[in-house]
Amino acid sequence: MSAAAGAAPGDVTRYGLGLAAPLALFFMFFFVAPLAQLFVLSFHNDAAGLTWGIGQYAKFLTDPFSLGVLGSTLVLGAEVTALCLVLGYPIAWLYHRVGGRTQTLIILIVLLPLLTSVVVRTFAWIVILGRQGIVNNTLLSLGLIGTPLRLLYTQGGLVVALAQVQMPLMTLPLITALGRIDPNLDDASCSLGAGSWRTFWRIMLPLSMPGVIAGCTLTYAAAITAFITQSLVGGGQMLFMPMYLYQQASTLQNWPFAAAISIIFLLAVLAVVTAFTMLGRLSSATGDAR
Amino acid sequence: MSGRKRSWETISFEVTMTAAALLALLLIIAPSLVVLIVSFTSGFSLKFPPPGYSTRWYVELWDAWQLHFAARNSFVVALWATGLSIGLGVLAALAISRSRALTAKLLDSLFMSPLILPALAFGLSALMFFSLVGLQVSALTLVIGHTVVCVPYVVRNTIASLAQLEPTLLESSSILGASRLYTFRRIVLPLIRPGIIAGAFIAFMSSFDNVPVSLFLRDAATDMLPIRMWQDLEGKLDVTIAALSGVLIMATVALMAVMEHFTGLSRRLTS
Repeated sequence: MSAAAGAAPGDVTRYGLGLAAPLALFFMFFFVAPLAQLFVLSFHNDAAGLTWGIGQYAKFLTDPFSLGVLGSTLVLGAEVTALCLVLGYPIAWLYHRVGGRTQTLIILIVLLPLLTSVVVRTFAWIVILGRQGIVNNTLLSLGLIGTPLRLLYTQGGLVVALAQVQMPLMTLPLITALGRIDPNLDDASCSLGAGSWRTFWRIMLPLSMPGVIAGCTLTYAAAITAFITQSLVGGGQMLFMPMYLYQQASTLQNWPFAAAISIIFLLAVLAVVTAFTMLGRLSSATGDAR
Repeated sequence: MSGRKRSWETISFEVTMTAAALLALLLIIAPSLVVLIVSFTSGFSLKFPPPGYSTRWYVELWDAWQLHFAARNSFVVALWATGLSIGLGVLAALAISRSRALTAKLLDSLFMSPLILPALAFGLSALMFFSLVGLQVSALTLVIGHTVVCVPYVVRNTIASLAQLEPTLLESSSILGASRLYTFRRIVLPLIRPGIIAGAFIAFMSSFDNVPVSLFLRDAATDMLPIRMWQDLEGKLDVTIAALSGVLIMATVALMAVMEHFTGLSRRLTS
């Protein structure tokens, strides 16, 4: 690599940046331009675009209802991410403890939800959590409850369903990160007298931080935008940013306000991603200092 | 492992982690299994366990022309979006993979950003943009929108396989007098093909399954399968949807097995 870095333009191991031009143009036209237009539109004070200003943003940021929707969306993302981390980490740990064939099986199980249609996955949770669903039927037949519990359309049900749907995004980076840790460190720590738990907290977890951060970023971003799961498992009672945006744009045709919601939503996602990235830098910096 | 005391602490750690991992794996797999079982119910509800078993809902699916129509649309759009993603994405991956220029890094971030940004916001912005430039919502706008959100998978997987390519192979080929195009066709392409196919597979699946972009860019003539299913589910809990879900799960598992065999999908996504 270092030899290639100082190579002449005639370097045969590299291709010209010009090859990226078609996709770059495609993105400028169909990705950057639409988002720029969305940004401009969010500064229309009225639907006709007669006056300009920050009216739509002021409307959102002074409205307790809108702020509540934003807040509950961010909280939902945090809960799902935490559950994914707690459940996904042991899978990644187990992956590096078993043989090749079992490893492939674990990956394929983890990949299955990523590749199955999101409507199908969500539908499955309706079957499981419904009044006649598997959870209620089991509890009823065990005599633990007298009447079916309401599991669907609750925050708890939604968090579990979203965690299952987004689990691969957490597990795959963790498996990669744990694979990069030198296994001798584990043995060294144990032979120096640290127990397994202590080795986990002091060695394994800090060293796998890049994977944790990457997994959390992807899971969080996916969980808060998971429109279908939010609307089907969460039901009409709970409103989150994607549905709010869709209602404003589609049902109410209030495009400038929908544009402002989109921009606020985009900025919130970017803020969270940036925070995770900084956290990652911080943790690797302290890791080096140790 | 040798000489390590299997103390209570070690055992408690390993038992806890293994139990949590198995529970998590069960949580991942259970929903698909439950849907598969329920789809073979003989009853009219989604009761679990079903009162009896039959294939009646799969037979019913045969006549659900609305679902057929939507499935065909989704399939065609996914095919075009994947093709476009391969064409644009592989070229871009070649350009930025070994480059250390700042432009390459910026382009990489740009091409990856649809994975992080809320797709629904992009869908809305694309709809506004197309109406501004006077492009009617159609299969074409759907293909364009899907390509934006699917191309990152192709770019990422192609870059990953290019990173594993020995640069000396290209030098040797050049020294032996092969042109760059010939080297690309005979050396580079065969070596990175599994990566491209794996990326294209994920791009296809995510296009076929896309809701947030399709929601804004489709109309009655371009009804898409996931949206049709979602709207059916909002109205009533239809057992036909369970049968359709069963078909989709079985197709996904079959495709995954094929991909694992030909591209080593599982290794590709964890290295």
